Order: sequence, then C-alpha cells, then structure tokens
Amino acid sequence: MTRHLHIWMLAALLAWPLSGRATLTIEIEKGEADAIPIAVVPFGWQGPRRAPLDVAAVVRSDLARSGRFAPVPVADLVARPTTAAQVRYPDWRVLKVNSLVVGRMVETERNRFRIDFQLLDVVNGQQIAGYSIRAGVRDLRRAAHQISDLVFEALTGIPGAFDTRIAYVTVTADRRGRKTYRLAISDVDGYNEQVLLTSPNPILSPAWAPDGERIAYVSVTPKGPVIYIQNVYNRRARKLKRFPGLNNAPAFSPDGRTLAVTLSKDGSADIYLYDLKTDRVTRITRSPAIDVEAAWLPDGSGLVFTSDRGGTPQLYRIALRGGRPAGRPQRLTFSGKYNARASVSPDGRRVAFVHDHRIALLDLETLAIKVLTETRLDESPSFAPNGDMVIYATRDGSAGVLAAISVEGRAPQTLSVTRGEIREPAWSPLRRRNF
Amino acid sequence: MDRLLKIVFVTGLMLGLAACAGPAKEGEGAAGGGGPAASGGDTRRAAEAGGPVDAKTLLSDPNSPLAKRVFYFDFDSAEVSAEDRAALRAHAEFLAAHPGISAVLEGHADERGTREYNMALGERRAKAVAKLLVLQGADRGQLQTISFGEERPVALGHDEEAWRLNRRVEILYSGY
Repeated sequence: MTRHLHIWMLAALLAWPLSGRATLTIEIEKGEADAIPIAVVPFGWQGPRRAPLDVAAVVRSDLARSGRFAPVPVADLVARPTTAAQVRYPDWRVLKVNSLVVGRMVETERNRFRIDFQLLDVVNGQQIAGYSIRAGVRDLRRAAHQISDLVFEALTGIPGAFDTRIAYVTVTADRRGRKTYRLAISDVDGYNEQVLLTSPNPILSPAWAPDGERIAYVSVTPKGPVIYIQNVYNRRARKLKRFPGLNNAPAFSPDGRTLAVTLSKDGSADIYLYDLKTDRVTRITRSPAIDVEAAWLPDGSGLVFTSDRGGTPQLYRIALRGGRPAGRPQRLTFSGKYNARASVSPDGRRVAFVHDHRIALLDLETLAIKVLTETRLDESPSFAPNGDMVIYATRDGSAGVLAAISVEGRAPQTLSVTRGEIREPAWSPLRRRNF
Repeated sequence: MDRLLKIVFVTGLMLGLAACAGPAKEGEGAAGGGGPAASGGDTRRAAEAGGPVDAKTLLSDPNSPLAKRVFYFDFDSAEVSAEDRAALRAHAEFLAAHPGISAVLEGHADERGTREYNMALGERRAKAVAKLLVLQGADRGQLQTISFGEERPVALGHDEEAWRLNRRVEILYSGY
C-alpha cells in the first residue's frame, strides 16, 4: 500500500509540470477458472534502505494479466523461500500450485542490482529455469517484465510479451472544448508513459516500425492528413511527402523500408507502397471503391486491407512480388456488414479485425471467424507481438478506453486514463533482452 | 488569398469599367440564386457588374437557397438526396456566376466504423458533392475537397441523432 502511495506521489510530481499527462490504470475484469496456479514468492533483498521495487509483485501482475496464470495471493503463501534450496516441495503441493518462482535481489553498488531467480516445478521437485539479471534502478521494472517473459515462455512455450510497449493517442478537452491530442507510449502494464507529441490536430493510426524505434502516424491538419515518422528515442520527426487528398493508414513493411499507405491522389482511396529511401510511391490497388487500412503479412508476401468494392467494407488480401501487386485481390470475409482494420498475427495465420463493431479473429486458412468481444464500438485491434493477446479501443460509457483480451477470449481487461480519452492502441514488436 | 483576389478584381473593375453603371442587377442576382437555369445568366451578369459585393449579399441572405451549406448522408453512403441535389444546384450556379470565388467541401463521418475508413468515406462524400457542383456548372478549380473523417463531430452524443448530424458535407466559401 505504501509502495503504491509512493508511486502515486511520484507520478503526481512527475505529472505536475506537464498537467494533462495521462496516467494509465489497468483493471482485470475477472479471474480465469482454468488458469495455471503459480506462486511467486516475494524476492529476498540485500542492500541498504528498502528494496526499490517489489519485483515479485510485478511478475504476479504480469502473469495474471495474461489470463493463462492464476498467481496465489501473497497472504496465502505457505512459506517465503528465496532460493531453491530453501523450498520444501510437499508444502507447495498442499497449496496445489504447479510452479513456484523464488528469487532475491542484491544491490551490488549504488543503484545497481542483481536479481537471481529460479522457476521450480512443484510436482517433480525440479528446477525448470534459473537466471541472473543485472539492472540499474531505472531498468528494474523492465527486468521484472523480463522475468515474467522467461517464466511465461518456460511454462507455455510461447514467448512472453510483458517487456513490450504500447503506443496510443489520448485526447483531452479544455473548458472551451478545444481538444489536445497526444501521441504517447508506455510499458504494456501502463507504467512509464512518455508523451512523444502534443498537437491540436487529431492523431491517427500509430504504427510501430519493426525495429521498435520509430512510429508512423497520421496528423489530420486543417489542410488535410499528413504522415509522419517519429523516432521514439530522440523524438525527431520526419514528414513524409504529401499527396493531394488522403495520406493515411501507414503500416511498416517487415523489413522497415517501405510503408503501405492509403492515398487518393489518383481518384478514390487506394493502397500504395511508399519507399522511405526514395519517397516514391507504387500503386497496389486500382478500384473506384475505398481501399484502406493495409496490414502486412509477416513475411512481406502480401497485404490484408479493407475495401468496399463489394458494396460493404470487407477484408481482402493481395499478394506482392518485388514491391508490386501479384494477381487480383481475394476477398477474405463473407459474413457481417462491416469487416475492417486488419491486424495480422505474428505467425501470419490469423487476423484480428473489426467485425460489425466488435473484435473478431479470422483464420487465414479456413476463413472461419471467431468473435472475441461483446462490447459495441470496438475499434483498432492490434496483436501482441507473441500473438497471445489483442489490444483494442472501446467505449466505457461515453469515455474512450483501451481493452485487451487473450486470443482464447480470456482475461478481458480495461486500460483507462485518469483524464480524457485513450484510443488507437498499437502493440510494439518484441524487444531485445538487455541482459 | 481570396481577399487579395477580390481586391485585384475590384481594382480591375474600377479601372476598366469606370464608365459602367455599377451593380445595377444586385437585387435580381439575390433573388435568382436558387431559380431555374435562366436566372443563372442574371447572376452571371450581376457578378460581372457588381462582383464581390453581390456575392456577399447572396451568401449572407438567410432566405437564399445558398443558406443551406450542410448536406447529410446515410450510414456508409455518399449518395446525395434528391432534395439536396436541388439545393446544390443553387451553389453550382452561384459558383459559375462568381468564378473568383472558391469553396472548400469538408466531408465528415459518424463515429461508427473505423477511423481510417471514415477518412476515406468523408472524402468520398466531399467528392460526390464536388462532382454534382461541377456537373451543374461550377469549375473544378473553384472547389477543394478535404476529409476529417469522424474526427470533427458537430454532435457529441453516441446515438442515432448525433450520428445523423455528423454524417455530412459542409460547404465553406473562402472569405465568407
């Protein structure tokens, strides 16, 4: 509780000179009945003062958010071992947990830490994994997320995506109703928000480059939409060449050299490829209909996009060869009046999309549709880089909030800001481990 | 920009047409704004004589068919209703009669559907109105289309009525 208070006071202090900065809070709607029980014991601490972060608490909250794990509450723990040698397995079998995480943190020099932890199989009484991570005081949360990633991968076979970030847009209005739009990024658990851009103009469609260092977005200026690419680290922005009409829906190619964009310079909205080196564009679709919202297949072999060429917005796929269209677009969705805004899973097998104002998954092989959400006005789905969850924008009453749900429909959770609206989420690529 | 054009235009009139009688047909022009094709000729002549003063009077008359500047659409549609076509004809004739005046057509969408699709839908609506205006006599060079998608709603609710009001094209005459 005190720790929380401290974080809040710190957040308040940080936010004060930049009033209007949003603070994200995450609420998990319900626990999952078939989640794997796991105990994450509070880590031991060796150092002057108090431990600067409750690493085990971050790991517990990460694992719970995935919907695949049910961490045991600290109060129910039968013992507090901090090394594998201290663990008495029979005690933990009584608690019916399959896995146990124990660890300790040492301050090796001022503000430098080493965290050692072990993941233990309670049933067999064996160690599954053990790591030693070094981190500075500012990287401690990241280190905790990386522990969550390692535990998640060791137990599920799927890489964890806890050490990742989300980009999103927040909107606040002043007393006169004048709106301020902010492009921001934060850790995926809502911590460490950084505002990259503040603007009076609407910001749309943030899209991560595969290197995780750049974000493309659309600024809807009074003279029309413009695409920018901003570096997340040095904040430098590059304005792309602007064409008459639409300059929208940017999506980085898997090699990061090309953006798929929507332009209307030749009449109606069509998909083009924008070469980031030469500023030249190549037309990919040709129809008098609206073709928009291109998303890349992860191997670069094609695009999935929204088109109303059949009368209503539906998803289509077009193959690419050498940066040019190969063959005619193929329709992917046949049920529902409104199918749009594809986000392709990292394995290229399925697509998260807006299906009659709800979020659904489309199997790219069978074309079967599975509806994930029950709310209305759901928009902007974005796959986690491990393919296990989808984040999207929705409404809670009249306020715009973000929500996330696992691809199995588990662990629905809401991410809201303390002030204003939050929308247009984009999940970052996986980050390289820094230890 | 347009103000500048106007000044040039007025100066030209003063120099070149100093002997002329001035804006004699001003009243007729105002009355003829929404009338049949024949009255278009009147406004055109009025414009030649009276120019911008005339246009301003026409555009500020609340009883003129030109007072209707917002046109509404069905969900996911860019089809202009028959009633609106008649009103747009007045705008087309006005633009034809005042070649020095330009207009921005702003297309908008309601909040349903995806933001990027709605950007394209707003543009399609603006272009549909532009096409009708050109067919009825306006010059393409007088018109500029722009879409704000669902980003600039006029009604802030989340119901049918708000959505109806937000699916629109607005005609904005530069400088008026």
